[in-house]
Amino acid sequence: MILGYAGKFLEINLTEGTFKDVKLDDKWLKDYIGGRALAAKILCDRLIDKWEQVDPLGPDNVLLFLPGPLTGFYPGGRVCVSGKSPQSNGVVGSTVGGEFGVDLRCAGYDGVIVTGQAEKPVYVFIKDSDIEIRDAGSIWGKDCKETNTLLNKECRRLLNERYPHYGEWKEPAKVYIGPAGENKVRTAVVTAKWTHAAGYGGYGAVMGSKKLKAIAVKGTGPLPEVADLGKVKRLINIVAKSSYDNPLWRRWGTGGGGYTFAANTSSEPVRNWQEEWHDEKSYGVDQFENRLWVKQAWSDFGCPTNCMKIAYVKSGKFKGAITDNPDYELQAYLGPNLGLFTPEEDVFMASLIDDLGLCGIQTGNVLGFAAELFQRGILTKKDLDGIELKWGDAEAFAHMAKKIALREGIGDLLAEGTYRAALKIGKMKDKDVLQYAVQSKGIGIGAHGIRSGKDFSTEIGYACSVQCGDHTSMTGLPIDGPESEVWEAFNDSAVICNFSGGWSLRRNLKFDFYHAVTGLNLTREDWARSGGLKTLQIQRALLLIGGPDLKWNPKIHDDNPSRFYEPLPSGPYKGKAADRTSVRESVQKYYEQAGWDENGVPKSETLKRLELGNVDKALKKQRK
Amino acid sequence: MATNKEPIWIARDLARCSGCRKCEIACSLYHENRIWPEASRVRIFMLVPGADFPHLCAQCDDYPCVEACPFKALSVSKKTSAVLVNDKKCTGCGKCIEACPGRIPHMHPAENKIVICDLCNGNPQCVKVCQEGEWNALKTVTRREHPYKLYARKPEEQTRNLATKLYGEKAEEFI
Repeated sequence: MILGYAGKFLEINLTEGTFKDVKLDDKWLKDYIGGRALAAKILCDRLIDKWEQVDPLGPDNVLLFLPGPLTGFYPGGRVCVSGKSPQSNGVVGSTVGGEFGVDLRCAGYDGVIVTGQAEKPVYVFIKDSDIEIRDAGSIWGKDCKETNTLLNKECRRLLNERYPHYGEWKEPAKVYIGPAGENKVRTAVVTAKWTHAAGYGGYGAVMGSKKLKAIAVKGTGPLPEVADLGKVKRLINIVAKSSYDNPLWRRWGTGGGGYTFAANTSSEPVRNWQEEWHDEKSYGVDQFENRLWVKQAWSDFGCPTNCMKIAYVKSGKFKGAITDNPDYELQAYLGPNLGLFTPEEDVFMASLIDDLGLCGIQTGNVLGFAAELFQRGILTKKDLDGIELKWGDAEAFAHMAKKIALREGIGDLLAEGTYRAALKIGKMKDKDVLQYAVQSKGIGIGAHGIRSGKDFSTEIGYACSVQCGDHTSMTGLPIDGPESEVWEAFNDSAVICNFSGGWSLRRNLKFDFYHAVTGLNLTREDWARSGGLKTLQIQRALLLIGGPDLKWNPKIHDDNPSRFYEPLPSGPYKGKAADRTSVRESVQKYYEQAGWDENGVPKSETLKRLELGNVDKALKKQRK
Repeated sequence: MATNKEPIWIARDLARCSGCRKCEIACSLYHENRIWPEASRVRIFMLVPGADFPHLCAQCDDYPCVEACPFKALSVSKKTSAVLVNDKKCTGCGKCIEACPGRIPHMHPAENKIVICDLCNGNPQCVKVCQEGEWNALKTVTRREHPYKLYARKPEEQTRNLATKLYGEKAEEFI
């Protein structure tokens, strides 16, 4: 057994209502670590031969909750959620902050593998090695805040009944879904702590399809034994120190972005990306901080940075709304992207989106898309069930978000996400509406535009990423350089937060951390050449195989949304746009460096060299 | 600030707690040489998100837990004023939990004994990390005449206080 691991995984079959402990080969753990990379490996191993037929929202999908060996040690607890994505039909490693991964490891598990589909709503309660699949009838249909309350009450009651002499029981750590996940909305998230979400990938819908409302875990053991505890402690302090040296990052988190990514870098979505610039001082971080933040420092396990804050609207029309900062992504997508420019409106939208269990990014993207179609007269008030989806009308957008979560009327169509909705609306209206869909391979683009060239996003970041529109896994050239997504793949596999400690940490530190925990040697170069590259190949292959409802053609789909080729209409970078020739060239260069052929399919020789023979076999059809 | 020569108290400003749990990490590393949240003498409760707070011994003046122990396993440190657990004498009967107004002591998760904050012999590790990060939820002060037992409150009560401070009447929905 490798140090730093608990030593076993929990596999739950919801069709049968059974569970068992499973061990994974040490070689898998050495090569794929945990989290995202291990998810890719497990999914590939179990499903690649029938991938095209596997309905992400059917019983054959395998849903994974995987921390990694660094989870709990590296400051800032996270867990990776994965499976076949109902957004891209590929694999997304979607991580969410909180104590779930830590509690799971303290319970003695390196991850949870969920198969099948329950007949009636259930939740899983894990107390160390005591596992229970429990009836979730009374929490099904509840919003995320209420779900959290009800689960805490029920699980603590059970713990008190079963272990009355222990003393007071802390709440278990939990992941859960809201109504959107239950209704298999493709933009549904897996929620933790009310406001934290594994958004990209749409795994809330996968939980819903399995009728799995939640997993709650209380682990009472220690984190696994490590190779060099002294070194782990020293590294924890280095990360903390680096965070403490960055006081404004600690104070504002990404909450400063809603103004600066527009005013300074012109890369924020404004009215469905028709613009990427605004200078609305009403949207400054000081407005959020001084009017709405009731808690200035909110952290997940071990985190020195506390980039999360709690916002609460105490008066006015939106009284009662509670969310975190919101972070930059939700400031952008549920603010300027909908023509909203006040903190109160943004917090109101984010609070609602949290409660419904929707993804703020994906839902903000599809709401913006629909509003632009309304602006252009392509979707009418009648099409929208009587809602006038006007820029700046928070209540209209809130109304539509509820319809999406409940798949009611037009909401049922928009619940498919921007790309699928665009295909349907295009047919319905006999118009090219894909030009207004700001997405990549089924996943709405993160709130970092590429046109100004001033943000960290690169010209092929979304076009070539195996996680598509995911701004936390953008890629770039060279494939082993600092802009490549192999590093994000490491973070998502280790599983650690890329925010805690900020950006001034030396780049080898995470690999030293890995060595201190596991005792295994792994350099940055090793990862870029082997584990990281293997992960990208598997994710790429499964994305290309795709299905059952959609498939991707790299010639068409390894590209930016067409909006990014329209010149920016306003701001200091007015006139700037992505360049088609340059993008095409970079895409080809990227294919070459990734070991893919000119059509973007991983080459046989690449896969054989990486010992991925089964992937090679499965790709035969794609090469024709 | 307290010096090491006088009895001390951990002053707590619960609303400042970020829920980072660095105190749990530091405490369990010090006492168990592992990162072990449930074995930590200070535990962060988060029954309502945002209302995270540290639950740890308040070092009441009248030490009801010490009084209640049938096996004389608990004593008061003259140096620091902390409650000390004699592991050899403790049977894990739980009488100290019942006696504590805040039900703060809890069982060690792997051994049949109670765990109570021992103030790390005068240099509490939880305070150290909380101060390093400038959260100031925990701070070591010299022990004076204060009703320290006010801080021995049950998790539900403490949660209600903090959630109400954050969310006003809306807090009732989450409790």
